[in-house]
Amino acid sequence: MHSDLSARAKSLPALLPKWLRDDRKIAILVLAPSIIAVAVFIYIFMGWTLYISVSNWDRPALDLSFAGLKNWKRLVNDPRFHIDLRNLVLFAVGYMSQCIVIGFLLAALLNERIRGEVFFRTVFLMPFAVSAVVSGTAWRWLQVPSAGINLLIANMGFENFRPLWYMHPKLGMLAITIMGAWQFSGFVMALYLAGLRAIPDELREAAVIDGAGTIALYRHVFIPMLRPVTFTAIVLTGAGSIGNFEIPSIIGTGPGFATDTLGFYMFEQTFRSSRYGLGAAVATFMLVLSIPLVLPYLISVLREERE
Amino acid sequence: MSWHRLLAGSTKYAVLIAFAAFYLVPFYVMILTGLKPLEDISSFEIWNMPKSLDFGSFREAWNQMDTNFWNSVRITIPGAIVSTFLGSLNGYVFAKWGFRGSNWILFLFVFGMFLPGQGILIPLVWVLQFMGLYGKVNGLIMAYCIFGIPITSLLFYRYYASVPDELVDASKIDGCGFFGIYRRIILPLSGPTFAVVGVWQCTRIWNEYLMALVVLGNPARAPVTVAIKNFSSMGVIPWNLQMAAALIASVPTIAVYLLLGKLFMRGLLEGSLSG
Repeated sequence: MHSDLSARAKSLPALLPKWLRDDRKIAILVLAPSIIAVAVFIYIFMGWTLYISVSNWDRPALDLSFAGLKNWKRLVNDPRFHIDLRNLVLFAVGYMSQCIVIGFLLAALLNERIRGEVFFRTVFLMPFAVSAVVSGTAWRWLQVPSAGINLLIANMGFENFRPLWYMHPKLGMLAITIMGAWQFSGFVMALYLAGLRAIPDELREAAVIDGAGTIALYRHVFIPMLRPVTFTAIVLTGAGSIGNFEIPSIIGTGPGFATDTLGFYMFEQTFRSSRYGLGAAVATFMLVLSIPLVLPYLISVLREERE
Repeated sequence: MSWHRLLAGSTKYAVLIAFAAFYLVPFYVMILTGLKPLEDISSFEIWNMPKSLDFGSFREAWNQMDTNFWNSVRITIPGAIVSTFLGSLNGYVFAKWGFRGSNWILFLFVFGMFLPGQGILIPLVWVLQFMGLYGKVNGLIMAYCIFGIPITSLLFYRYYASVPDELVDASKIDGCGFFGIYRRIILPLSGPTFAVVGVWQCTRIWNEYLMALVVLGNPARAPVTVAIKNFSSMGVIPWNLQMAAALIASVPTIAVYLLLGKLFMRGLLEGSLSG
């Protein structure tokens, strides 16, 4: 013990003040800038956003006087907000189900000792490597109602089936879910594939010996065991649905705000119309929506890791 | 092999190939359209092969966005390096020098990572203006460094937690202090994790759009993602330029993905907390 202390004293410059010679304190000191940065730039900023939402700041010049619920009342009465809420539900349903169903299906297929697995896996995940802006740009071109995919559909003989895709005044949002799922379903596939690969072979063999067919195997063994992966996928796609911003920013908000989102509405109110208070109310609303989605997930993951 | 087995086998491949086509079609159409000159662009000919190989659209798009491309490089490299290095130090503290409450701090880091960016945008702009960094490349770099801290710290923490404590204790007995252990034990083991986190951060920063648009909306200073947006909001949509621009903007991240797919995959699994 004695030699330990003297050796340590040598390894540290004797010039350092005494309180800095304690490694535990150095550790806290190293972490401190990050703690401060995250505390300020994430948590204080969120609190600040909440405050701006009850301030009078609705023009370019800063005005932080208290306004009560004025912005919130305006938000709740804004028809565009109502459309955006409906759009969020449409998007979340379409996007989450596509990502999870396709992701699971592809992972299950790839887990079947497929020839060319690396090729398929690489292709499925490739859209995730590009920006959402690229997805919006390419799909906008593919979904031009007068041509694009509709040409392919017509060539297949369904000339009367001409969906308006993202231009549809009611269901445009569903067309946008395809752009989102194109990017993220491969990610979900990767999560499920890793989950499937982590299931021990003995379990599968035991179930097969017990006479389980493929469907029973998935229903009673794999799907229950993959529940944590499904939880992850739900949280990630759910958070993605709430934060959705890139695609409407590229393809526009469509007829009657059919493809508008909360994220884009917030952006326009704040940075195009200088209605900071209203924008902050939308942002706060988005935060409040996210918390019940993310919090239970993180708590369960941490609890598991501690065990 | 019975016939229904054969059928099941070929159905599997048919589904996989159909989905491969689904994922590849947008890339295919981008390349096809990018190779056509403007006068040949018509949405009715979207599926037609270009009449001849014409790189004019790519050249034109590049001429209009080369500044943005280099802006992206200038933003991504320092942003990724700084946030990765910070993550390594933080992960080391969280994993090996945990103190009372450090788990809570890590929890709050990760929690913040999952919340929508819109929640911090207005104060971010305000503070950057106050610091004289609004509309400047350095302002965006700083933002990426800070908002990268949670994910990089988490990724390194998860790796360092798997490094046996005995190694650290042994070098404590040898007289190493906080930085000595980091340099002699932790850093030499961290190469692969640096690669994973570096690849992840490069890709995320390169592809980021919301903060870039808000902080660096000015077309001359904007990164590539914002440049693509500017192509798409021109009066008449020059589809060929847009597709060429989108492809050019994707080349670096696709190259990284194809060359370092394993690292990319590890970042994905660890970062979503399911690795």
